[in-house]
Amino acid sequence: MEFTLKTFIFYGFALITIASALAVVTVRNIVHAAFALMVTLFGVAGLYVFLQADFLAATQVIVYVGGILVLILFGVMMTSGRLEMRIHIERGQLLLGGGISLALLMLLLTVIANTPKWENLTDDGTAFEPTTKRIGELILNEKFLLPFEVASVLLLVALIGAALISRKEVRD
Amino acid sequence: MSLQHYLVISAILFTLGIFAVLTRKNAISILMGIELILNSCNLNFAAFSRFVVPPENVDGLIIPNIDGQVIAIFGIVLAAAEAAVFLAIILAIYREFGSIRPDEVDTLKG
Repeated sequence: MEFTLKTFIFYGFALITIASALAVVTVRNIVHAAFALMVTLFGVAGLYVFLQADFLAATQVIVYVGGILVLILFGVMMTSGRLEMRIHIERGQLLLGGGISLALLMLLLTVIANTPKWENLTDDGTAFEPTTKRIGELILNEKFLLPFEVASVLLLVALIGAALISRKEVRD
Repeated sequence: MSLQHYLVISAILFTLGIFAVLTRKNAISILMGIELILNSCNLNFAAFSRFVVPPENVDGLIIPNIDGQVIAIFGIVLAAAEAAVFLAIILAIYREFGSIRPDEVDTLKG
């Protein structure tokens, strides 16, 4: 593979994503972890751009960085006093969890490396086309209409459920 | 960039998420691990849809198949709903127990 500017930027995004994800799971201060998560989400959005998924990248930035991350930060502010900002980790659990995760990673990498069907599938470099129109057709007119409606009901249920669970209980 | 580049990145993200879920003692850190897992899953959907699925023929036009991207968008919707309910439960637990360490919330433990 020739080393062009594009591959350079791709590896940059990959490095940013993985390094900040590592920071999310290792940093002791939970607010720092939340901001590292933001960098990870931006990195994944960049990788979506490389996959020619422009709408998906924009949705990732808007929903994850603009919505879920703010929600997480609110959760941190409302539940953590000064003492609980630091995350406690037990040594035995760290070793066990690390061993299990490492074994899982080895398993996944072995599968990825040894599946012949996935080899030599390189980017054919087709022209960048806006995917928004096609996604709109698929969601509102074609095979994803039912999942779209189900997702809207799910969001309504989650909205009502979250409001119901988190409100203060009124006894009368 | 081949498919395997994306799969390796996704596998690393997934493993880090599992690691966070297994070792962290704070419910919000566990939520962050779950978000990492969901992100790796969505990245896989988008990558497979780009590299593996053949283009489709719509009204005589050959266009790339982006079903995987649509499924990834549904994944983002699920993640948003999950985060909202998760944080609502965390708030309720914090009000009840004064802590969000999962091992301190053990009322149902025999």
